[in-house]
Amino acid sequence: MKERSGASSFLYDRVLPVTAVVTVIIMAWYGFAVLLNAQFERDQAARAGTEISNSQLVQNTLSQKRPVLPAPHQVANEIWKTTALKKITSKRSLVYHGWVTISSTLLGFVMGTGLGILLAVLIVHSNVLDKSLMPWIITSQTIPILAVAPMIIVVLNAVGVSGLLPKALISAYLSFFPVAVGMVKGLRSPDVMHLDLMRTYNSSQSQVFWKLRWPSAVPFLFTSMKVAVAISLVGAIVGELPTGAVAGLGARLLTGSYYGQTIQIWSALIAAAVLAAMLVMLVDLSARVVMGRMGMVR
Amino acid sequence: MSVVIDASDLDLTFQTNDGPVHALSNINLQINSGEFVSFIGPSGCGKTTLLRVIADLEKPTGGSISVNGVTPEEARLARAYGYVFQAAALYPWRTIGGNISLPLEVMGFAKAERAARIEKNLDLVNLTGFDKKFPWQLSGGMQQRASIARALCFDPDMLLMDEPFGALDEIVRDHLNEQLLKLWAQTRKTVVFVTHSIPEAVFLSTRIVVMSPRPGRIHEVIDCNLGDDRPLDIRETPEFLEIAQQVRVGLRQGHSDDD
Repeated sequence: MKERSGASSFLYDRVLPVTAVVTVIIMAWYGFAVLLNAQFERDQAARAGTEISNSQLVQNTLSQKRPVLPAPHQVANEIWKTTALKKITSKRSLVYHGWVTISSTLLGFVMGTGLGILLAVLIVHSNVLDKSLMPWIITSQTIPILAVAPMIIVVLNAVGVSGLLPKALISAYLSFFPVAVGMVKGLRSPDVMHLDLMRTYNSSQSQVFWKLRWPSAVPFLFTSMKVAVAISLVGAIVGELPTGAVAGLGARLLTGSYYGQTIQIWSALIAAAVLAAMLVMLVDLSARVVMGRMGMVR
Repeated sequence: MSVVIDASDLDLTFQTNDGPVHALSNINLQINSGEFVSFIGPSGCGKTTLLRVIADLEKPTGGSISVNGVTPEEARLARAYGYVFQAAALYPWRTIGGNISLPLEVMGFAKAERAARIEKNLDLVNLTGFDKKFPWQLSGGMQQRASIARALCFDPDMLLMDEPFGALDEIVRDHLNEQLLKLWAQTRKTVVFVTHSIPEAVFLSTRIVVMSPRPGRIHEVIDCNLGDDRPLDIRETPEFLEIAQQVRVGLRQGHSDDD
C-alpha cells in the first residue's frame, strides 16, 4: 500500500471505515424496524378492514408511537428533544439523568480502582493473601450483580445511606475486579533481571515498589481501567433500577419499560453507550499522556 | 595486592523438578584487587552461577566464599559491586540519565551529586549528551554502555559483568572491548567478567578461569598479562595466539571427559 499524507490517511484509515460501518448498522436498523413493526400495522389494517399498501406500511412502521423497535430517526429526534430542547435541570432532560448516572459511575470507578490497586499490592507482597484473597475476589464476580444490587440499596437505605453512595458501591463492586487482576499481573511483570538489579543495590521493598513495580504496572493499570470504567457505568445503571426510578439513565430505562415507551428506552440506551464510549476515550487519552511522559509511546 | 574474592571448596546444587543439578563443584579461587578475571566455558559450566554467587544473587550450598573479607551478602548490603547483565536491563520509562540516577536515588545521593555523577559517567562511556534520550532511542551497544555507566556511577570497588557484550555484533563488541579496557586502566577496579568468547577473554583479562560443565568446575587458570597498552591489533601477535590456543586446549580437555 502506498504511503498517504496525514490528512488523507486520517480520511482513508479512520473516517471512511467508521462511516461505512455506521451506515451499514443504520440501514440494518431501519430494515429490522420495518420488519418488527409491520405486524402491528397489518393487524391495525385487518381490524379496520382496509388494505394497506407496501409504501404506506413502511411509512407507518417508521413513525409509530410505541414501536417494537423504534427507527433511528425517532430515537435521534427523542435524544435531541430531551437534551438540547430541555433545560438541563428538568426531570425530563437526558443531560440531567446522564449527569446523575455519570457522577455515581465516576465515584464508584475511583473507589473500585483504589480498592483494586490496594488488593493487588497486598496480594503481590504477601503469599498468604495471594492464596486467601484471590478465590474470594473471583467468587465475588460470579454472583450476578442484578441479584446483589437491590439488596445493597435496600440494606444501605435501612441504615440511612441513600443517594449517590449505594449506587457508587455497586459500580465499585464491579470495577475493582479488572483493576485488581490487571494490577497483580502488572506489579509482577518486571523481569528477573530488573528485580536482580534492584537487589544488587540493596534497595528496600518500598524502593522496589515505587521505582520498579509501580512504573512497570502502569500500562496494565490503564488497560484494566478502560474495562473498569465501562462496567462502572453498567453498575451505576443497574444500581438505579431498584431505587424506585428516581433519577439516572437506569431510571429512564425503567420508566420507559413501565409505560411501553420504547423510544425513551432506546434513547437512554444510546445515551449510556455514548457515555461509556466517552469515558473509555477519556481513560485512553490519559493513558496516552502518561505513557508519553514515561517515554513508552514511540 | 589484597584478596577481594576468596572461594574455597564452593559447592552449589539447585533443586529442580528434574532432580538436583550440580551447578558448581569444588570451586577454589582467589581474585586480587585490581585484577581483570574472566570466566570462560561452554554453557552450563556454571560461570554465570559463580558470578551470581559472588554477587549474592545465589546462595552456595557448600564451602565458603568471602567478598572483601566478609560474606557476599554483607558485601552486597555494603554495595561493594556494580553488576552488568547480559542485556542492558535499562528501565524503559526512565531516560538514560534517569537510569544512571537509579542506583544513586536508591542509595540516597543528593540531587546535585547525582547530576554530577550522571554527567561524569556518561562521559566515561562516551555517551555525553544522551542523558535525555530514552533507551529505545539508542542502539544495543549504546544501551549496554549506559548500563556500564549505571554500574559504575556509585563508584563500587568491583565490577561484575555477565556476558555483557554477548548479544552484540562483533564490530560493536570489539569497540566496546577496547573501551572497557581503557575504562579499567583508568579506574583500576576489580573486574570479574563472564564470557564465552576466547579472543574477548584473552584480550581483556589478566587471568582466565577456564571452566567445564557437569558438574560446573574450574578446569584451569591461565595467566594472561599482555601489558597495559593493548590495541586491538595485539590479537594478531604470537603471544596472544599462544594464550588463546592454551585456552582452547583447556576448554577442549574440560569438555572431552563427558564424551
